[in-house]
Amino acid sequence: MIKQTPLYNEHVSLDGKIVDFAGWQMPVNYGSQIAEHHAVRTAAGMFDVSHMTVIDVEGPAALAFLQRVMANDCAKLDVADVLYGALLNPQGGVIDDLTVYRLPSAYRCVVNASTRDKVLDWFARQQMANMTFAEQPLAIIAVQGPEAVVLASRALQLPELVQLKPFTAMLQDERLIGRTGYTGEDGVELIVPAEQSQLLWRDLLALGVQPVGLGARDTLRLEAGLNLYGQDLDEQTSPLASRIGWTIAWEPEERDFIGRSAVAAQRGAHPQKLTGLIMHEKGVLRHGQVVRTDAGEGVITSGSFSPTLGCSIALARLPKAASGACQVDIRGKLKAAKIVQPPFVRHGKILVE
Amino acid sequence: MSDFPTDLKYLATHEWARLEEDGSVTVGITDHAQNALGDVVYVELPEIDQAVTAGDEAGVVESVKAASDVYAPVTGTVIAVNDALDDEPEKVNQDAFGDGWFFKLSPADPGELEDLLDAEAYQEVCEEEDH
Repeated sequence: MIKQTPLYNEHVSLDGKIVDFAGWQMPVNYGSQIAEHHAVRTAAGMFDVSHMTVIDVEGPAALAFLQRVMANDCAKLDVADVLYGALLNPQGGVIDDLTVYRLPSAYRCVVNASTRDKVLDWFARQQMANMTFAEQPLAIIAVQGPEAVVLASRALQLPELVQLKPFTAMLQDERLIGRTGYTGEDGVELIVPAEQSQLLWRDLLALGVQPVGLGARDTLRLEAGLNLYGQDLDEQTSPLASRIGWTIAWEPEERDFIGRSAVAAQRGAHPQKLTGLIMHEKGVLRHGQVVRTDAGEGVITSGSFSPTLGCSIALARLPKAASGACQVDIRGKLKAAKIVQPPFVRHGKILVE
Repeated sequence: MSDFPTDLKYLATHEWARLEEDGSVTVGITDHAQNALGDVVYVELPEIDQAVTAGDEAGVVESVKAASDVYAPVTGTVIAVNDALDDEPEKVNQDAFGDGWFFKLSPADPGELEDLLDAEAYQEVCEEEDH
């Protein structure tokens, strides 16, 4: 069954080009993906990400449950803090990546749309006594860009929002507002009751916030060096080969999270790394293309055209020792590219050459 | 809505072909195709004097979203390519049937054009794909 978010009619009335994404009818762009991308880097854009799955974990054992299933440690969270982390399988592969918000009486997990069923199934299999979890029918609007926080504070009539620190959140009645995002720009993500989302969307639109589709969401996150589950992260690949080793909380040593022994054995010894590529030649780097380096072969996990750089960039899983020049096989032709450290762009500034 | 000019011939793979007065055949991708691809960022064109065969790959168009092969509508020899697309690939989005043309062929057999789809038949192909 194809699903629609509470904002579906807004997308249609804005001439959004609707595509199927993980079973949801979502806007891929509203005209030009590149123009939407630039709006987020230079001003403010908003994304309907209500297709993402919100799961609240509650009860006296909620923290113990999250400390078992997550490689990052939710004990670090004070009320209103936000944490990014991964769910690992016993082999140390990544089941999903997610953000966790600590609410006064629950932990709120926001997981990917494409992984909804398997995460709910995984949570059910790991369920403990004295805790429950339930999917929440909420809408999510991400407002991102250098002007995003100011404009969101106006739309919400919440002046205090501009003081909110990165990776923290605040509640305004039933609205949860996190200073978080997936673009490499400043911004907020607004998790709100579905029935409030249309008015909020229209208020943001009236303030000049540009609607942005899933197409630009992908090029923005790629420039920011942020992973996409299913491309840069999967169940067969270690977080240590995916640039998210920093989200594994090794301390306290006695915390026995699922996958711990598997990733502990690879610690400091994984033969691969996830890194960046930039190509100044004409053409576009894509998922699955083979990369040849002095240290051996690797593969592109995510690639696209970078609207900010005006050339193609990629994330690639390469031998750990690889650096400098490399070649990418694009439809049988070898093209010169360069290995660089992501992110490519942050806060509107280009960070690579 | 996409345009379907009636003076052109089409391939189901979304190329258009126009028989010019001088007997050459101009080739590009359709408005429907550019709309589906989104922002075009790179076009790989054939070489001048390259021989191409009807239905075979003669170029590649890359949008931000995806790479897509461009097929030759008829057999012939490439006599011109649209170099302007090198610097301004966005012309494909702005004017798919005009400034966004890809290449010109000298056809081996101009009669081959008759085997291609007319505007009505091509429009039906697009409508079926959209459902």
